[in-house]
Amino acid sequence: MPAQATPQPDPTGAATPEPREASANTIDPAEVARFDAMAEDWWNPNGPFRPLHQLNPLRIAYIRDQIAARLGTAGTGGGGERMRPLKGLRLLDVGCGGGLICEPMARLGASVVGIDAAARNIAAAARHAQAMGLAIDYRHQPVETLATGSERFDVILALEILEHVADGEAFLAACASLLVPGGLLVAATLNRTARSFAYAIVGAEYLLRWLPRGTHDWRRFIRPHELARSLRGAGLTLETLDGAHYDPLAGRWSLSRDLGVNYMAIATRPAGA
Amino acid sequence: MPDATAKPEASPSSSPLPALAPVPAPLAADVLIVGGGLIGLPLGVALAGAGLETIILDREDPARVVDAAFDGRVSAIAFASQAALAAIGVWHHVAEAQPILDIRVVDGTSPFFLHYDHRTLGSGPLGWMVENRVLRQALQQAVAATPRVRLLAPAAAAHVERGPHGVSARTDDGREIRAAIVVAADGRFSPLREAAGIPTLSWRYAQAGIVCTIAHERPHQGVATERFLPAGPFAMLPMTGNRSSLVWTEPAALAAAMMTLPPAEFRVEVARRFGDHLGALEVVGPRWTYPLALHHAERYIAHRLALAGDAAHGMHPIAGQGLNLGLRDVAALAEILVDAARLGLDIGDEGVLEAYQRRRRFDAMLLLAVTDGLNRLFSNDVAPVRLVRDLGLAAVNRMPPLKRLFMQHARGTLGALPRLLTGQPL
Repeated sequence: MPAQATPQPDPTGAATPEPREASANTIDPAEVARFDAMAEDWWNPNGPFRPLHQLNPLRIAYIRDQIAARLGTAGTGGGGERMRPLKGLRLLDVGCGGGLICEPMARLGASVVGIDAAARNIAAAARHAQAMGLAIDYRHQPVETLATGSERFDVILALEILEHVADGEAFLAACASLLVPGGLLVAATLNRTARSFAYAIVGAEYLLRWLPRGTHDWRRFIRPHELARSLRGAGLTLETLDGAHYDPLAGRWSLSRDLGVNYMAIATRPAGA
Repeated sequence: MPDATAKPEASPSSSPLPALAPVPAPLAADVLIVGGGLIGLPLGVALAGAGLETIILDREDPARVVDAAFDGRVSAIAFASQAALAAIGVWHHVAEAQPILDIRVVDGTSPFFLHYDHRTLGSGPLGWMVENRVLRQALQQAVAATPRVRLLAPAAAAHVERGPHGVSARTDDGREIRAAIVVAADGRFSPLREAAGIPTLSWRYAQAGIVCTIAHERPHQGVATERFLPAGPFAMLPMTGNRSSLVWTEPAALAAAMMTLPPAEFRVEVARRFGDHLGALEVVGPRWTYPLALHHAERYIAHRLALAGDAAHGMHPIAGQGLNLGLRDVAALAEILVDAARLGLDIGDEGVLEAYQRRRRFDAMLLLAVTDGLNRLFSNDVAPVRLVRDLGLAAVNRMPPLKRLFMQHARGTLGALPRLLTGQPL
C-alpha cells in the first residue's frame, strides 16, 4: 500500500524540522494546489486510499492494544484519560503518508513525530493536522538521518513501508537505534506468496483498481522468516506475528493467524541493549 | 478529548488597551447535542460517562420541563431500554416506575386474545411505565452527577456551521461552541435536519390520539391491555398505585369533540371503552390529544451531523415504541462514537457516521412499516378481516416460537444489539 514513496536523496530533507516553514518559503501555487488535491485524497474515505481507511480501525486497535500490553499503559487514569491511553509516550511513524495513523495516535495521547520521504505527503499531513487542531511534528526526512541525531522513541511504527525501501536491513537498523531500551517496533507488510500476488497485485491493482498499478512490486514482498531474520540482525526481539484478513463481502478486516497476505510484527529492543 | 493544541494567541505585551468586555473562549467539546429531551439527555450522559466531552443545548428551562403541566404523558420503557438506562447510570435516579408483568392484546369484544407473560422469557418484567416528568427528573440528576457533560438551558442554537474539520455553533445568548460532531435530538420538526436539507417522508392518519390518566378501584396487577376497537387501538397501561395511563385513537373529528366534553361525560366515554374489570374509575389530571402521523428522514446523517429520536423518525403510538426506538438510536450512536474515539479517530468522520446510519435506518423503517400495517389491519370492522385477525391472534398465541419473537420485539431484545441494550457498559 502506498503509505510511502521510495526514499530519495533530498539535500534539504535533513534540515527541515519545520516542514510548514520550509514549504512556506518556496511557495509554488501549482504545487500548493497539488498538495490540496493530495490532502483531499489521503483523507477521502472513498478515494484512492479507501483500503487504508478500511484497514485503519483494525491496525489502530492492534497497535493500541500491543502498546498497552507490552508497555503497560492500559487503563491509566480515570474519566477522560481513558480516551488517552498513549499519554506520555513518544511515537515515531516512519512513512507516515498523509497522517492517517499519526492523527489517531496523537488523539490517543502520544507525542507524535511523523516522517516521510515524499515532501508533498508531509505538506498534506501537516495541513490536515493543523486544520484538525492536532499538534503533530511532521518532518520531511528519511529515517537514516533522524537516527544520526539524539532523539529516541518509545514506539516506532513502520507500516506498509518495508516492501518499498531499497535496503530493508539498513532501514530496520536505523529504526532499532531510534528506540529506547524496552521500546516497541510495529511493522506491517505483505508476504511473498501466491495468494498475496493474487490479492495485492491482481486483485487490488488490476481487478478492483483500489491502488494505482505499479504501487507494489511483488518481488519485494517479505516472507515472515525473512523479516524475523532482519529484525534479529537489527538487535530486536520478535515478540509476535499476526495476520490481517480481509472479508470482501463485509468490507471489514479482522485479525487472523494466517500470515499469507497482510501481516504485522511486534519487536522490542532488549532493555539492556 | 477536546483539542489540546492552543491556537496562537497575542502575547500579553501586545495589548496595551485596557480590558474591554472579555470575549469568552469558545467552549470546546467532542460532541454537541441540540435538544435536551428524552433522547438528547441520555445520549449526553452515555457519551460523557465513557469519557467524551459533551455539551447539550435545550430551549426549555430545566425547572419547567419536570412539571406535570409541561408533559403529563407516561412512557413505556422496554426491557432493553431500561437495561441501557441502568448501564449509563440513569435508572437508579428514576423515583418511581411500574413494572409491566403481562401484556394482553384483545381484539374488540372477541373471545380470542394474545397473552404475553413475562415468565415466558425468564425473569424480569416486559417493561416499565414511567411518567415522563419522572424520567426527565432522573435524566437531569444523572447529567448533574456526570462529569464532562454540560446542559446549557434555556439556550437555543442560533447558528450551527458544519465545516470540513469541525462544527462551530453559536447560542442565542452569544456563547460559542466547537465540537467534532453535532447530534440533532431536536424533535420531529428538527431545525437542524431542515437546515441540512434532509427531506422527510411523512403521512398522516385521519385519526387522533387521546391520552389521559385514570385512577381505578382495584389494582391492575401490572397488566397492560391493548384493545383493538374499530376506531383504533385503545391501550391501558399500568402506572404506580391504582392508576393507569390510557392512549386511544379516534377519528380526528370525534377526538376533537371528545376533548371538549365536560368531565363527567368524558369519564363515561372512557369507562365505556375501559370496561369495569377494575371497578369504578375516575379521570385524574388533564387530557391530551395529538394527530397521528408517521415521519421518517430520508437520511440519518449529513456532514458532521447525526439525527436521533424524533428528528429521524416518528411513529404512530400504537405499539408504544417511539421512545424505545429513539433510545436504540442513543445506544447505537453512543457505542459507535465511543468506539471511534477509543481508536483516536475523528468522530465526525464520514465513515463513523455511515456506520450509525447502516445500523439504525433499517430497524426504524421496519418498525414504522409494521406499526402502520398493524394500525390499518386493526382499525377495521369488516367481518372477514376480523375473522382472519382473530384467528391470527389466537394462532400466534398457540405458536410459542412466533410469540416469543413478538415478545422479544416488544422488549427490544431482538437482533444484533448495541452493548448498552444488553445492560453492558460502553
